[in-house]
Amino acid sequence: MAYGPKIIDHYENPRNVGSFGTQAEIKQRKDVGVGLVGAPECGDVMQLQIKVGKDGVIEDAKFKTFGCGSAIASSSLATEWLKGRKLDDAAAIKNTMIVEELSLPPVKIHCSVLAEDAIHAAIEDYKAKNGIATTASDHAAAKA
Amino acid sequence: MPDLTTPKLPIYLDHAATTPCDPRVVEAMLPYFTSIFGNPGSRNHRFGWEAEEGVDKARRQVAALIKSDEKEVIFTSGATESNNLAIRGAAIMYEKAPEGSGKSRGHIISCAIEHKAVLDPCKRLQKEGFEVTFLDPPKDGIVTAEMVKAALRDDTVLVTLMYANNEIGTINEIAQIGELCKSRDVIFHTDATQWVGKMPTDVYADNVDLMSFSSHKIYGPKGVGGLFVRRKRPRVRLTPLVDGGGQERGFRSGTLNVTGIVGLGKACEIAGQEMAADAIRLGKLRKKLEDSITSRLDTCQINGHREKRLPHITNISFGFVEGESLMMAIKEIACSSGSACTSASLEPSYVLKNIGVGDDLAHSSLRLSLGRWTTEQEIDYSIEKIVTAVKKLRDLSPLYDMHKEGIDLSKVEWAHH
Repeated sequence: MAYGPKIIDHYENPRNVGSFGTQAEIKQRKDVGVGLVGAPECGDVMQLQIKVGKDGVIEDAKFKTFGCGSAIASSSLATEWLKGRKLDDAAAIKNTMIVEELSLPPVKIHCSVLAEDAIHAAIEDYKAKNGIATTASDHAAAKA
Repeated sequence: MPDLTTPKLPIYLDHAATTPCDPRVVEAMLPYFTSIFGNPGSRNHRFGWEAEEGVDKARRQVAALIKSDEKEVIFTSGATESNNLAIRGAAIMYEKAPEGSGKSRGHIISCAIEHKAVLDPCKRLQKEGFEVTFLDPPKDGIVTAEMVKAALRDDTVLVTLMYANNEIGTINEIAQIGELCKSRDVIFHTDATQWVGKMPTDVYADNVDLMSFSSHKIYGPKGVGGLFVRRKRPRVRLTPLVDGGGQERGFRSGTLNVTGIVGLGKACEIAGQEMAADAIRLGKLRKKLEDSITSRLDTCQINGHREKRLPHITNISFGFVEGESLMMAIKEIACSSGSACTSASLEPSYVLKNIGVGDDLAHSSLRLSLGRWTTEQEIDYSIEKIVTAVKKLRDLSPLYDMHKEGIDLSKVEWAHH
C-alpha cells in the first residue's frame, strides 16, 4: 500500500503511545475514560484513553493500536487532536476530518471510522464513570 | 559471529512467488530471439528445424530432471495452464470411463489448501456437475494417503494434490498417494510448482500420471511451464483446452514459446546440477532465521509440519501484531504476508485458516522464501529487522498488554464492526 507522508510520519513516530495504567487500574480511575474498539480477527483493535481534568478539559490522551499503518496513524492523530479539548468539542471530531488530514486511501476509511468510534467510546466511558448524562451523539456512537 | 553490515537493500525473500532468471538461462535464450527465430512447426526449412532442435533439447532437459520420457513433456504458458489442462482435461476425458460399463465417474478429490489454480478449475467442474471432495488438512498441513483412501469412491475419476504447499512449504505423501491411485485405477495429478527443480523428482517412482511445473519458480523466464503426461502404464489422455494447430501432441495447440521453452530447459539443467547443494545451504540459513527469531520473541509460531517441508520456505506467525503494519516495518525485506489487509479484503490466508491458525495469527504471518543468491548477511540483517519490528509493534499493541496482564483475548467481548 502506497501511503502519503503524513501516515508514514505517524506510523514511524507515533504520538502519545501508552496507557494510564493496567486494564485493572484504569477501570478504577474516574478521571480516565477508555475506548476499546475493533476486534483482533478483523485486524484492528484501538485503545484510546483520555485523562480529563475537573474543568472537563482533556488534559492528556494516549493510545495503543493493533492494526495497519492507517489505523496506527488515525489513532495517533486522534490523541493529538483530543488534548486540550472539552469533551463536547472532542465528540465533534469526525472521521472525515481524519481522512482529510492523513489523506487516507479509500480502502482505509474504516480506520478513521474506528478512531471516531474510539473517541466516542472513551468519552462515554468517562461520563458513565462520573455519572454524567450522555448526549445523543455519544449514544449513536456507542450503538455503532 | 553474525555479519551486521548492511547488505544491498531491499532484500528479496519471496522466491516462492517468483525467482530472478539465472544469467546462464538468459544467455541460452538470447539466440532464439533473433538468429534462431523460426517456428518449430515449419517443417520445410532450416529456420524451423533449428528452432525445433532447441525445443527438443529443452524437452530432454526437462525430462532428465523429472525422470520421464521426453515425449511425456508438454509445454504450456505456466503452471496455472498446466493445472487447468490436467484437471479439466482428465475429468472430462475420463468421466464416461470405464468404457461399456455405462457408469459415469464424476468424483474428484482435492484439498482445501491447494493453490487457486487447482481449486478454481475444480470448482468450475463442480458447477458443471462433478462432485469434488476438498480434503480438510490436519494442523501440520500434510495430506496423507490415509486421508485420500478414506475419500476415494467407486466413481472417483481424479485425485489432484500438490507436491509441496506454496505458503507453508509442507510436503504431501505423494509417493504413497500415487501408489494408492494406481491400485484403484484413478488418475493422479500433482501440482509440483514449488517442488520441481528444488527437490529430486521421479514421476515413475511416485506413480504420478500428470504433473504441473513452472519455469519462473526455478530461475527460468516467466510465461512458460509444463505438464508431464504419462504415456505408458497407463497412457493418459486429456481433452485439450485449446484447439488449433495440434502442437504438443494435440494437447496444447499454439505456436511454441521457443525462447521461453529453451530457458525452462536450461533452468532445469542447472537445477539438476545445483539443487542438492542449494537445498542444504538454504536449509541451514532458514534454520538460523527460524531459531533466532523464535528464541528472541515470545508468542510466535512456525506454521506447518516442522520436518516434512521444503528447505527454503518458512511461514511464521507473530502474536499481537498486525500483518500490514509488520510489512511496513520491514519494508526493506520483500516477502509475503498472510494478511489480506494489503489487498483490501479482510480475509486472511485461507491456507493458514484451513490448518487451524487463528484469524489473528494468520493476519500477522510472514512467508519468507530463500533462493539461490540469498546470503547469510541478508539473513542476519532480516533477523534483526524482523525482531526489532515485532518488538516495536508490540509496544504499540493493546493486545500484547492484555496478554501480559493475563487477560484471555478469546474471552473479551469485541465490538465487531
